[in-house]
Amino acid sequence: MKILVAVKQVPDTATQVKISSDPKAIDTAGITWIVSPYDEFAIEEALRIKEKRGQGEVVAVTLGPDRAKETLRSALAMGCDRAIHVNDPALANADTMTTARALAAVVKQEAPQLVLCGRQAIDDDAGAVGAQLAEVLGWPCASWIMEETIDADAKTVRVGRQVEGGLEVFDIPLPAVLSAQKGLNEPRYPTLKGIMGAKKKEIKDVKASDLGLSSITPELSITALEALPARPPGRIIPGDVKDAVKELVRSLREDAKAI
Amino acid sequence: MAGAIWCVVEDDRKGTPKKVMSEVLGEAARLGGPVEAVWLTDKATDDGLKQLGAWGATKVWLLENAGLAPYRGETWVPPFAELVAKESPKAVLAPVTSRLRELMARLAAKLGVGLAADTVALAMNGDKLVATRPIYAGKLLSKVTWAKQPWLATLRPNVFKPAEAQAGKAASVERVSATIPSPQMKLVERREEASTGLPELTEAEIVISGGRGMKGPENYVILEEMGGVIGAAVGASRAAVDAGWRPHRFQIGQTGRTISPKLYLGFGVSGAIQHLAGMRTSKVIVAVNKDPEAPIFKIADYGIVADLFEVVPELTKEFKRLLEK
Ligand SMILES: Cc1cc2nc3c(=O)[nH]c(=O)nc-3n(C[C@H](O)[C@H](O)[C@H](O)COP(=O)(O)OP(=O)(O)OC[C@H]3O[C@@H](n4cnc5c(N)ncnc54)[C@H](O)[C@@H]3O)c2cc1C
Ligand SMILES: Nc1ncnc2c1ncn2[C@@H]1O[C@H](COP(=O)(O)O)[C@@H](O)[C@H]1O
Repeated sequence: MKILVAVKQVPDTATQVKISSDPKAIDTAGITWIVSPYDEFAIEEALRIKEKRGQGEVVAVTLGPDRAKETLRSALAMGCDRAIHVNDPALANADTMTTARALAAVVKQEAPQLVLCGRQAIDDDAGAVGAQLAEVLGWPCASWIMEETIDADAKTVRVGRQVEGGLEVFDIPLPAVLSAQKGLNEPRYPTLKGIMGAKKKEIKDVKASDLGLSSITPELSITALEALPARPPGRIIPGDVKDAVKELVRSLREDAKAI
Repeated sequence: MAGAIWCVVEDDRKGTPKKVMSEVLGEAARLGGPVEAVWLTDKATDDGLKQLGAWGATKVWLLENAGLAPYRGETWVPPFAELVAKESPKAVLAPVTSRLRELMARLAAKLGVGLAADTVALAMNGDKLVATRPIYAGKLLSKVTWAKQPWLATLRPNVFKPAEAQAGKAASVERVSATIPSPQMKLVERREEASTGLPELTEAEIVISGGRGMKGPENYVILEEMGGVIGAAVGASRAAVDAGWRPHRFQIGQTGRTISPKLYLGFGVSGAIQHLAGMRTSKVIVAVNKDPEAPIFKIADYGIVADLFEVVPELTKEFKRLLEK
């Protein structure tokens, strides 16, 4: 079966992000870019499905600028078969809706039986694209999946989705969109052979026009980025444990009114 | 009514709206209303409807149908989108919960409008709504606006000021008869997690978090004991979850749950950036760590530099004394 995995390039969480001279954008100088961690769970799951079935194709797709090609290389090094790069300046300010529309166009061209996404991309932290993509396609979807098994003839997938207080297990007819939650699997590291092999794999570049996208006005726009309001300076409570604890409880009660 | 602010009801699946709805309804009122609620459920109770009125809803659009349980995007979105198209609210707001997060994304796609997910502030700027949402793991805030109405947004729990319940206020109830599509997704089972008897992590007003400093799974009982005294949920850092001390659903942080309680108490948590991503909007932060250089002290309101195994029993004792008075 054919599986499409949506992967996004994001700044490494450990790197500092600063607002650039354009107040709507971050300063990208010095940023280390990584594959969004949840998308690694999605890639891993796609590879496991293929390996378990002994056949199939895993296609990685990203929407992003030139540098996002690195993310596709990482996906290919992990074991994806080929990749598609939606790379068009017209999509530079894509919100989740615009992204979903573009990815849906790719899905329609590729016609996979399954699309895997991450629970959320850790830059915009929206957690919306997977579900929006499913809606545009008119496919069923399950978010935050913790487990997944596909039946022998690839007609349905059984998933466990994480909800408050438990796990809901559903049988879903394919094609469908699933979004990966941490706990689904443990992503593999690319091997040296994988990294070398990735260089020979195909990355296809596509433009908005190749996807037949007409309206690419974002539905949601950033008007400004802001630094976090500074927290008031904290206080280390000195003294031996007994006294410090008493003072802490008093402060929580009387000053902070938190208890 | 056209131009209303709709609040999507999250309930306990037994017919009662969750407390977080007081926050969403309160915010809708602050934005100038008119405040209306939309409730998709297989079972609504009269008390639940009264509660929505008391929290400020002037009207409840009620879609009550057995086919709506459990939540499935494919059964909820079509009747919901139809109702939006017919009644033209200017905004649709929902709390961030596992199912409403997905519902709102699908609804936005169905309506072809923008979604501001996980917002922490909303404000009117002239006749436009502006939402503030944390991005890059909470390192920055982003202000966003929509290209067109209705403005769809999800609201982070515990951040917005709740409406005070006013017993005298009542909402008119409009039952909507809608066709529920027959679902393709079939529920196989629901696996309940063993209840800790403590509140749910994302809903709790007080959260206690134990990190690698807890040293082992057996020691979490001292945190649970404290949780029982002050009505707190007990969560963990990723280090503790990865070590297998706590199930993943208790993880706080970028790859776990985002929480925003009134009070966060961290024990043996260093305060890595990915942990902060999940709790930095907590109102009051307390850290107990034996390392005075631990980064968590940089964002803590109160800190004690000491061995947590000495502090926790003392603190539980003091809390008991305070609350039993
Ligand atoms: C992509 C990615 C995603 C991640 N997502 C998350 C996430 O969602 N949540 C998360 O928490 N982490 C996450 N992490 C991991 C994060 O970087 C840290 O490794 C983790 O938060 C550390 O957990 P900790 O504070 O419990 O452990 P440590 O950093 O080891 O800190 C333990 C602390 O306990 C203190 N201590 C030890 N013994 C005692 C004692 N007896 N009394 C008092 N203090 C004591 C020590 O001084 C130390 O500060 C992520 C990392 C990556 C790369
Ligand atoms: N630009 C993009 N390119 C490819 N996939 C994306 C992109 N943006 C989001 N996704 C996918 O959608 C998921 C959720 O993203 P988001 O809604 O932005 O938090 C991500 O984990 C990816 O799987």
